[in-house]
Amino acid sequence: MSEQATVAAPRVKPVETFRGDFTYSNSPEAIRRFPFPFHRDDYMYSVNIEPHDGTPPGSAYAPAFDIDEHYLSEMAERRTVLEEDPKRCQVLPYMMEAQWDTLELMMTSLAADYPEHFSLTRDGDTWTWENRLLDIRDTFTFKDADTLPLEPFEYITRQVQGDFTLHGQRNDMLYMDGGMVTCQADWSLDFDLGMNFYEWHGPVPRAHEMGVFERALKYLLTLKVGSPVRRLNWTMTVNPRMDTSPENYDKWGIDRATITPDNVGELAHLRVELQSLWRLPRSNAILFSIRCYLISMEELATVPKWARRFHRVLRDLPEDLADYKGFIGFRPTVLDYLARHDDGAATSPGGAPD
Amino acid sequence: MSAVDSIPVRVAAIETVSPFIKTFTLEPTDGGPLPAFSGGSHVVVTMQGRDKNHRNPYSLMSSPYERRFYQISVRREDDGRGGSKFLHGNVRVGDQLFVSPPANLFALNELGRRHILIAGGIGITPFLSQLYELRAQDSDYALHYAYRRADDTAFLDRLAAEHGERAHFYESSQGHYLDPGRILAEQPLGTHVYVCGPEGLIDTVVTRARRLGWPASHIHAEEFAAPPSGRPFTVVLDKSGDELEVGPDDTVLDVLEDNGYAPDCSCRGGVCGECETAVITGEIEHHDDYLSEEVKREHSRMMICVSRAASERVVLDL
Repeated sequence: MSEQATVAAPRVKPVETFRGDFTYSNSPEAIRRFPFPFHRDDYMYSVNIEPHDGTPPGSAYAPAFDIDEHYLSEMAERRTVLEEDPKRCQVLPYMMEAQWDTLELMMTSLAADYPEHFSLTRDGDTWTWENRLLDIRDTFTFKDADTLPLEPFEYITRQVQGDFTLHGQRNDMLYMDGGMVTCQADWSLDFDLGMNFYEWHGPVPRAHEMGVFERALKYLLTLKVGSPVRRLNWTMTVNPRMDTSPENYDKWGIDRATITPDNVGELAHLRVELQSLWRLPRSNAILFSIRCYLISMEELATVPKWARRFHRVLRDLPEDLADYKGFIGFRPTVLDYLARHDDGAATSPGGAPD
Repeated sequence: MSAVDSIPVRVAAIETVSPFIKTFTLEPTDGGPLPAFSGGSHVVVTMQGRDKNHRNPYSLMSSPYERRFYQISVRREDDGRGGSKFLHGNVRVGDQLFVSPPANLFALNELGRRHILIAGGIGITPFLSQLYELRAQDSDYALHYAYRRADDTAFLDRLAAEHGERAHFYESSQGHYLDPGRILAEQPLGTHVYVCGPEGLIDTVVTRARRLGWPASHIHAEEFAAPPSGRPFTVVLDKSGDELEVGPDDTVLDVLEDNGYAPDCSCRGGVCGECETAVITGEIEHHDDYLSEEVKREHSRMMICVSRAASERVVLDL
């Protein structure tokens, strides 16, 4: 799939910040390719899984792992988070095969999708990896962890945008057996490590009663090598802050009280996760990729269809979901802002801009 | 497996290992490496016969660390639906076949402290790939392999040479019988047992282990039972209105595929759950190990890879 989906080398911005002075913003091109998650004017949970098959060409969905203009910023942010809290990257000891599976999948995918930025040369088990964006060039022996500066999973996920978790499959069940989690929407790898599929989804309202997790688990247990799948999830975040972790709640929880009618367009962000799931061939484990995109309400409103539709989705979202997603307090202010951009006109089907 | 998912392979070698068993070496037609896999995985092999396509699942027996070729061993089933006879009688070196990407329904549990593998006859095949992993990971394991006659199976010398004291052999024609109760009784806590072979062997191992107090999570069985034959019936597809005849040796899945449908499926043995299909009307004769007894009694769903209609017609939500 990656072979067909070669993506033009993205223009990568210099480092912007996701904390402190929050210099992060989206260029007009980044706004156009934002994975807007609402295909209709209303929203409810569903398993909503589709093949992650390299389509549509040119979109954020096409590459195996999307690299965009924020690459350097997100990699710098990840380094900062890990310096403060090394437990954001943990892998249980029996997952070494899955670590190498992940490294191979990411290196081959990035080299195929972005040949200008990444290359992989393999001579038997002697591999040379080049990441020109981060100025990395390493020659190592595949399957010999001593030849890499870090364990293989941490080594490669410090070079790919998005959070990643590793799931062992045993007893017809998936377990949270590892991850690199630095840009999460209020969940903790350190807390969830070792949990099973139902346990780590415990806090999600409604979906258990709807049988969503039984169906999703059944589906994932038969996920096939070479046939990854994807879905979208969303919430709202105040400021373009990647690290909204429980560990750092004291730093960002209070932000939600700072939204006013004057700053809402700049401060309130729609946060979208492009989640993809991959069966790893040798370990039979599953790699879960959670790629986070942030867009401010001001930026969103530059696409009239999105402003109209998000206004309607947010307005009609049940209270318990708004509470679980953490924005029930400032929802009215966002709705006032978006209402000014919603003239009641009909919206076209699908999530793409008109 | 739809056509899009299938990998063209060329038969590179055929080895006759016994009067009933042949080993096929399959290389990718396009020269590229085959997908990596984990020990215990199977592929579905598609063979284009003159009258119909045959599609059978086979365990990969080659090393999971080898991506230049796959190997499968096939026992000729003269009473079967024809796939194994076709492979034995019609397939020559150089012929093209198709394989699905590997899937694993019989994986080793990575948390096991000790692994006991119990094989009967051709049921040795998934263990052959797992044994590469166990050895590479320096795991604690033992293989117990029961078969009828030494000239009926070819893997003995290799297994003895590669696994030494860890491999135990039971030749029933010489009066040596595998005693699952004895093997299971002497294992330490944390051991996992895996069994593949004839139904009788699997039943004995599972029953013995349960009686000895083994937790279900530590007992793993893979039954490569071919779909059973039965009375012919008519399957009606509710959405398209198509009516298709299912012969005594056909499966619903085969008939759908031969008529251009591509339903979800993977194991073709009533285990994985992918081909679960809603039944609108009709009585079902269930042969799968997937649906709960409660669902089976309701006749509301069926696994179309192995189960048949007990009524003359069955209407499916397809």
